[in-house]
Amino acid sequence: MSVAAHGDTAAAVANYIFPNDLHVHWSLMIVLYPYITGIVAGAFIVSSLYHVFHIKELKPISRFSLLFALAFLICATWPLLNHLGHPERAMSMMLTPNPTSAMAGFGYIYSAYMIVLLLEILFLYRPTVVALKEQASGFMRTVYGILSVGSDNVSEKALKLDHKIISFLAAIGIPMACVLHGYVGFIFGGIKANPLWATPLMPLIFLLSACVSGIAGIILAYTLIMKFTGQPLDVNCIRTCVKFLWGFFILDFVFEMLELFSHFYMATHHWHTLETLYSGPLYVSFWVLQVGVFSVIPFFVLMALSLINWNDKVIAFFAPLVSVMILCQVLLMRWNVVVGGQLMSKSERGATTFHPQWLEKEGILPAIIIMVAPLVILWILGKVLPFWQKDDPAAQQVG
Amino acid sequence: MIDIKKEIQKDRRAFIKNVLGGTIAGSLLLVIPAGAALDSKLPEQLPGMRGDDSVFTEKKFVFIVDVTACIGCGSCCVADKNEYNVPDGNYRTWVERYIIDDHDEVFVDSPNGGLDGYTEPRTDIPFPVRDTFFVPKLCNMCEKPSCVQVCPVGATYKTEDGFILIDKDRCVGCGYCIQACPYSVRYLNPLTRTADKCTWCYHRVRKGLLPACVNVCPVHARKFGDLNDKTSEVYRLLREPHVISVLKPGMGNKPALHYLGLRREVV
Repeated sequence: MSVAAHGDTAAAVANYIFPNDLHVHWSLMIVLYPYITGIVAGAFIVSSLYHVFHIKELKPISRFSLLFALAFLICATWPLLNHLGHPERAMSMMLTPNPTSAMAGFGYIYSAYMIVLLLEILFLYRPTVVALKEQASGFMRTVYGILSVGSDNVSEKALKLDHKIISFLAAIGIPMACVLHGYVGFIFGGIKANPLWATPLMPLIFLLSACVSGIAGIILAYTLIMKFTGQPLDVNCIRTCVKFLWGFFILDFVFEMLELFSHFYMATHHWHTLETLYSGPLYVSFWVLQVGVFSVIPFFVLMALSLINWNDKVIAFFAPLVSVMILCQVLLMRWNVVVGGQLMSKSERGATTFHPQWLEKEGILPAIIIMVAPLVILWILGKVLPFWQKDDPAAQQVG
Repeated sequence: MIDIKKEIQKDRRAFIKNVLGGTIAGSLLLVIPAGAALDSKLPEQLPGMRGDDSVFTEKKFVFIVDVTACIGCGSCCVADKNEYNVPDGNYRTWVERYIIDDHDEVFVDSPNGGLDGYTEPRTDIPFPVRDTFFVPKLCNMCEKPSCVQVCPVGATYKTEDGFILIDKDRCVGCGYCIQACPYSVRYLNPLTRTADKCTWCYHRVRKGLLPACVNVCPVHARKFGDLNDKTSEVYRLLREPHVISVLKPGMGNKPALHYLGLRREVV
């Protein structure tokens, strides 16, 4: 398409979109859905690094990251339900699923993962809950009674069994976390009609960016909570997190670029539509923001933080900062994939535009509410179950 | 006149009664038209459909659009909108105008989906026009439909006679089928909040009638029929050595919508 040749008429040449493609059907809510599940999967992996792979430095945040994952997992379905034309029929996906549909698996995968996560938290906190129950009275005593599932047995034998169960749950949790988010990538990657989505690398990229956003979310939440509650930060833990964050981000960023480069190099007719998209409507949000500002800069900051032996203050300052940038990078990536993919009309001759509104049903305000909700839930969870070992009356017994 | 006057004079009350009775009875007939009976009075457009309540597994319906015949009048779009009350801004069928200038630049537009017809020529073509034609679009009724594959609840399904239909009482309105359709023939109906699209007028075909758009096309650019009926026009067209293709064959969806005289510029 020699677009430049005709000056003003270029828009006409390049801009025929199918009449039904004017509207972007999957907007902010579907941007948030993979973002939230990604944070869940990533946070769980942080916890598993300690519980399964015995990365001792991560012990301070190993339990917090599970509660962090739970808080976000509880909200993972909210954007979906808000998006559906008929949310009251949502359960049909589980009751009468269509076996050939990628989407039909979500209910099962989500529920299975929720069960594993809840069980792991219940077992992990059992001695804590038993101890707290003894101290509590009234309503909270009932709550702890429910959470202990009727078992007050904290003998050494019982705790040993608990520990085995926790290790098992954490171990099966890893592939499940990978499935949860790899699967979300497949929901997009399996749509052959959309050249920006249809790539076998999509599940992998989604999974890696999930790990990245989860670790970044944990670093940010941990440092902020410590700062605002005036507690000492375990900088060694942050250093280890930063190293893992850098490692996962190298893979994530490299695969994102490789995917694009492969399209560019193979230059099938798909590339010609992708090319106009990346150089046009997605230029700022992809090249400038996602790649330039929020990938390249964090990449070097993380490298510097990982390779050079900085003092604690530098780490404590830059680690949350770079985590914010990484969280932005992943959010931008979700936006560029989900919304970007729909901007391009299937006419292969042009792109539509999309500007989210503040107050519409799937607008910016509902999106903010849905992103704040997990933090509120996390705060409530923190009132019931202590995040940190030092607040735990049964800390010495916890594995 | 004299007779009527005599009648009126004989018994004015009885006369008024008769007139009123006749009027009421007559209008009742109009109000209760007994739809099925009227349908069967229309001539059968698809031979062998009437009185056949079985699944049409013996039939293989295809749709053929003759690109060389379409004049872009938009009658098909109007008929379609009337048949289904399609909400404004959504299109079950539409007509695209292609213009190719002598620098081989392709200009495509479809204002309001071609609903108003193409009565005015485009004035923004920088070079002399080499060629121009119209391409009507509608559901491709794929043999391997992506929409059916991805629907999480089975609300979009393929009938045994090859039609892809939507059960609006089951559809959850997730929009996955809209993303999956390579031809963008689907939209989310704002009134029902469910997915919607062209059905090739399944309800008409079942009664032996042609799809509404085929019925109204003044130049016979839209053709519909049974490929297993060797006397049908579609059978003849697809057997004879015409220039016939489908849209986006590389997608592997195997559409049952064929285009006669399709040009390589058409996507």
